[in-house]
Amino acid sequence: MKHTIAVLVENKFGVLARISGLFSARGFNISSLAVGETQDPSVSRMTIVVDTSEARILEQIIKQLRKLIDTISVVDLTKKDFVERELALIKVNYEKSIQKKVKAILNKHKNTTRLIREARNEAIIEICATSEEVAVFVSNLSPYGIRELMRTGKVAIA
Amino acid sequence: MKGAQILLECLKREGVQVMFGYPGGAVLPLFDVLHDSSIRFILTRHEQAAAHAADGYARATGKVGVCVATSGPGATNLTTGIATSFMDSIPVVAITGQVKTHLIGNDAFQEADVTGITRPITKHNYLVKNVGDLAHIVREAFHIASTGRPGPVLIDIPVDIQTHDTEFNWPEEVEVRGYKPTYFGHPGQIKKAAKLIAKAKKPLIYAGGGVIISGAHAELKALAEKLCVPVTMTLMGLGCFPSTHSLCLGMLGMHGTAFANYAIMNADLVIAIGARFDDRVTGRLDAFAPYAKIIHIDIDPSSISKNVKVDIPIVGDAKYILAQLLEELDKKPDTREWLSAIEQWKTKHPLVYREGIKIKPQYVVEQIYELTKGEAIITTEVGQNQMWAAQWYKYNKPRRFLSSGGLGTMGYGFPAAIGAKVGCPEMHVFDIAGDGSIQMNIQELSTAVTHKIYVKVAILNNCYLGMVRQWQELFYKRRYSYTGLCNPDFVKLAESYGAVGLRATKKEEVRPTIQKALSTNNVVIMDFQIEPEENVFPMVPAGEAIDRMIGGMA
Repeated sequence: MKHTIAVLVENKFGVLARISGLFSARGFNISSLAVGETQDPSVSRMTIVVDTSEARILEQIIKQLRKLIDTISVVDLTKKDFVERELALIKVNYEKSIQKKVKAILNKHKNTTRLIREARNEAIIEICATSEEVAVFVSNLSPYGIRELMRTGKVAIA
Repeated sequence: MKGAQILLECLKREGVQVMFGYPGGAVLPLFDVLHDSSIRFILTRHEQAAAHAADGYARATGKVGVCVATSGPGATNLTTGIATSFMDSIPVVAITGQVKTHLIGNDAFQEADVTGITRPITKHNYLVKNVGDLAHIVREAFHIASTGRPGPVLIDIPVDIQTHDTEFNWPEEVEVRGYKPTYFGHPGQIKKAAKLIAKAKKPLIYAGGGVIISGAHAELKALAEKLCVPVTMTLMGLGCFPSTHSLCLGMLGMHGTAFANYAIMNADLVIAIGARFDDRVTGRLDAFAPYAKIIHIDIDPSSISKNVKVDIPIVGDAKYILAQLLEELDKKPDTREWLSAIEQWKTKHPLVYREGIKIKPQYVVEQIYELTKGEAIITTEVGQNQMWAAQWYKYNKPRRFLSSGGLGTMGYGFPAAIGAKVGCPEMHVFDIAGDGSIQMNIQELSTAVTHKIYVKVAILNNCYLGMVRQWQELFYKRRYSYTGLCNPDFVKLAESYGAVGLRATKKEEVRPTIQKALSTNNVVIMDFQIEPEENVFPMVPAGEAIDRMIGGMA
């Protein structure tokens, strides 16, 4: 099961290494990690998604994160009513013969997607949605040939 | 003030009286200031020994130990010692030089990414990039090292920062927003624990190093006596409850007493205090303490329910929590039947060894206990010597048994003894060593002799890496693959360093040798030539339930 954890940390060099080192040293897996500055420039916020079915492992991950001196707070958002978004940039085939079909898919997801750049043979599309919606969109597009794909990982707030 | 002067001024204000270390290019400005400082400096012969000595000093005195090394190899040599302190929660501040700020990342001479290397083996670490941050960082480092669950903190200081000038500002207060250890136990949890204790029929206290760190030994004794509950200790906990007390069951676990292991496997309530259910204690996890409810008192929340599911966790400082618990408890459990069952195990399966023609190592440890009247500080190396020192010396006070428990570092005991003796000069300090381990830091004979730190080293010499040989004997069909040792003449070796060497080859020479060592005003190496294939028993094979012991008698 996927758990979404929000971590506030000191905005200092080496903090990301402390977090990623903790995960690798203790054999925990990270599904995704997104990090950025908050309204307070001395604080960064991370959204970490971990995939574990064991409550004991999740508990350890949260406790070990809290133990780091540079960690200010750790919240398991999964237990809360939270909002999540993920951004993906997708470069797809856009040959004449399939343009209509790609546009139809975009239309189906019109509230969350944008066609950013159109060239002769390819297009760059943006989607900003929940991770599940992003996954559905990507699989809908994939029959037409995805050339490049970049996902940011989930950011979340409760 | 220059960075190096600021550093030493901060150390003085933190109460540092002594440092252990080794100079080098990237700490030259620091050593230049140290030359005129009132802080005592002990020059070791290897940086690893400086880290262990700082650790031994910290364990013996309860103060923060400080070690110093240069950049690159100096710093990497500290790492084994730092990891040793980390695993056993020992407050140490390690100071390392670093290449000049503008050279960092350039693969400069004697450069290593020391904050990177030590990140997983320190409680916290710092790279000082601005001399203006130095005083604050030192203050924070001592605060973090010595509070909560203590541990080593490293400060990496580029050589140019040591010479930069700035105004010295001593921060009176230290505030780290992400670091707020819990000290008092949650009253609701204390109430629940008290109820559970009152109902128990077979309660057992399982006490670890946390009791010593928090200084909770008096509260522990009061609790055990008030409730008539027996106490078993981990290796790290030895000394937190008097070994000669009638409620004491000694050490539990892989080489614990049979009666301690039977007790925990039959208990209906385990009160764990400052212990972390390490695999050497629990043996096979799914078979551990099958009938017991577990109360776990620990200052580190991540230690709770890590290995064993806990029924009542209480996060906080053992000293406060035990005091709270003592106040809360009005009903006592009836433990008479339980204590008499334990008494029977004690009679039936005592800790014993068989006399032989050659010197028995257990006998040597017993005689050290008798001749020091139990009043010495004992350090150990790692392996059989460590287990015999744990089993056969009776520790009645905390901070008297210093041993690398978590990391299991060979070469720890001798430099740790030096650190302990520096911290407690009025005490006798013995390193109970093996012939293998002692050679991992034998160069420190020079340190001890030069600085007149008169520690006594008792080598239990079996010409083997004894514990590995024991496992080969028991589990690898006696195929002694690279465990036999050709040793130097330890007596001559001691003499060549200006120390005193003594040798005992027969049982009747053991006591006179120890007596001679005690009355000698010098560093003494005692070479006890013991039964070569003596084993440490009882023993629980790795991965077995801890009541499945083999070889009750050695």
